Amino acid sequence: MAEIHLKDMAHSYLPNPTGPEDYALKGLDHIWEDGGAYALLGPSGCGKTTLLNIISGLLTPSKGSVRFGDKDVTKLDTAHRNIAQVFQFPVIYDTMTVRQNLEFPLKNRGMAAADIEARVGEIANMLDLTDQLDKPAANLSADAKQIISLGRGLVRSDVNAVLFDEPLTVIDPHKKWQLRSRLKELHQQFGFTMVYVTHDQTEALTFADKVVVMYEGEVVQIGTPEELFERPAHTFVGYFIGSPGMNILPATVEGRTATVGDHKIALGADYGTLKGKTEIGIRPEFLKLTDGDTATVETIEDLGRHKIVRVAYAGHSLAVLVPENQPVSPGPTGLVFDPARTLVYRDSHLVRGAK
Amino acid sequence: MQKKQNQKAWFLVLPVFLLVAFSAVIPLMTVVNYSVQDSFGNNEFYWVGTEWFIEILNSERFHGALGRQLLFSAIILAIEIPLGIWIALKMPKKGWGASLCLVLMALPLLIPWNVVGTIWQIFAREDIGLLGHTLAAMGIDYNYTQVALDAWITVVVMDVWHWTSLVVLLCYAGLSSIPDAFYQAAKIDGASRWAVFRYIQFPKMKRVLLIAVLLRFMDSFMIYTEPFVVTGGGPGNATTFLSIDLVKMAIGQFDLGPAAAFSLVYFLIVLLLSWVFYTVMTARDGDAS
Repeated sequence: MAEIHLKDMAHSYLPNPTGPEDYALKGLDHIWEDGGAYALLGPSGCGKTTLLNIISGLLTPSKGSVRFGDKDVTKLDTAHRNIAQVFQFPVIYDTMTVRQNLEFPLKNRGMAAADIEARVGEIANMLDLTDQLDKPAANLSADAKQIISLGRGLVRSDVNAVLFDEPLTVIDPHKKWQLRSRLKELHQQFGFTMVYVTHDQTEALTFADKVVVMYEGEVVQIGTPEELFERPAHTFVGYFIGSPGMNILPATVEGRTATVGDHKIALGADYGTLKGKTEIGIRPEFLKLTDGDTATVETIEDLGRHKIVRVAYAGHSLAVLVPENQPVSPGPTGLVFDPARTLVYRDSHLVRGAK
Repeated sequence: MQKKQNQKAWFLVLPVFLLVAFSAVIPLMTVVNYSVQDSFGNNEFYWVGTEWFIEILNSERFHGALGRQLLFSAIILAIEIPLGIWIALKMPKKGWGASLCLVLMALPLLIPWNVVGTIWQIFAREDIGLLGHTLAAMGIDYNYTQVALDAWITVVVMDVWHWTSLVVLLCYAGLSSIPDAFYQAAKIDGASRWAVFRYIQFPKMKRVLLIAVLLRFMDSFMIYTEPFVVTGGGPGNATTFLSIDLVKMAIGQFDLGPAAAFSLVYFLIVLLLSWVFYTVMTARDGDAS
């Protein structure tokens, strides 16, 4: 096991990329710590799978290097990288039994028969597959197949990292939760580095110690689920994480005050005079409805536990999370921003103000 | 839920029954009728029972044609199936190259049988044919109208040229249905090229291969037009396959009884061998899954 270091890495699928728009990955420098559980979160087409394929060696990056520990593996082929990968759709060798599937990577590496048997037995035991070992793999359910593809990776004792490429896509909803906690359990048991690609924020947040959010070929934030929620580093993160996402309003920022239309909003820090495209962001959780007439309630969605209220404020539509017991009716209302939770963004990136 | 049972659905399949009756069953019964009777013209028939069948099954001529036919089909399958798989594996998977290959592969399949025969008949001629003349110029003694082996080579090469495409296209379709993830997983598992073929590509091709083998077997076993045009069954009887022999007997000699018996035996052999192929190949499939 070793940490994975992606050094100044970029990748383009074009042979002669010219501008940044030609790159699927636009420059990354990141260390994946040994034994960490990472989730790679982002919308479709943001470069998640490209990144994963570079780590597993299915793609060679156009620029930069990939290092496992002290070893440069940029040019090393997949078979020699000691990476396991679980794909979106279960990959099973249909003509083989479960046992033969698990033996396959070891046989390909020329391991002695006795060692193979011992190792397969051990892994089957950990994955609860012992009683299914001699069944044909083709007839199993999708979630069992995903466990077997994981097992094919884990039988190799030298695995550096296990990569998951949206492994729960084809799993029944009620089994998703089960399989997810199973994977988490196995991670704790084996201690392998785990990189888990998904576009589902719940999956990412419940699964990982650290979430890497990607947007248009760039990593926009790496953080714990809490950091992503409380201090999104990029407006995209604010918008993508949370349901509903962060409210983003174009505003002019001057010192401790943001101005949106005719409204002045107090901020928790001093930002001086900001140039460029400035916006303020606030999560629906940190807005409060009070008496007054600065805003207008437009629609109310009652979710049982709380209500999501859409209000019109200075020509913008904002989402506000209102506790279930607070009565809300359409019409004029007051709107209070929590100054400490109102964040300022310049050109989509978070700005830290002076206290 | 209680449903009223009735037999009205049978009326809906009646048109098909009638169609099949007129197009297949009635002509077949006519042949059956001929096979158990003798005629001296004048539309007079005499019952002879199984006499024609016994005669056909014991005749040297039939044995010869059947032997040549089996050999021919065996050679065709032995060449076209592996060659077709190999070409399908080598064909590009995407881009303009894939489209070009598909068009090129489909071309021979679009040419009518007798045109294929004519093309090769001229192509292989020693005096004016490109192939025949080139071979002769190179000092190779090649003459498909005189030498049995040359006639065989010509007919086999012609069939390979005409029909390998079918196997290629079927296998290619099977290969295209394999998601990339399988190849990636195989790389990660350190599988060799052979293992990828054996455990990923071959299992996915198996179903279409069954169809390819059956089609190529039946077609080659019933081959008529091309050898008829190229060699006319010669030299001697060297390329007289079952169909050619049957036509000679039925149309050339007008021996309706023996020809009818021949037809039925021929039909039963095709049916039997197709069944054997199907059973053997699907039985192995059943073991695997």
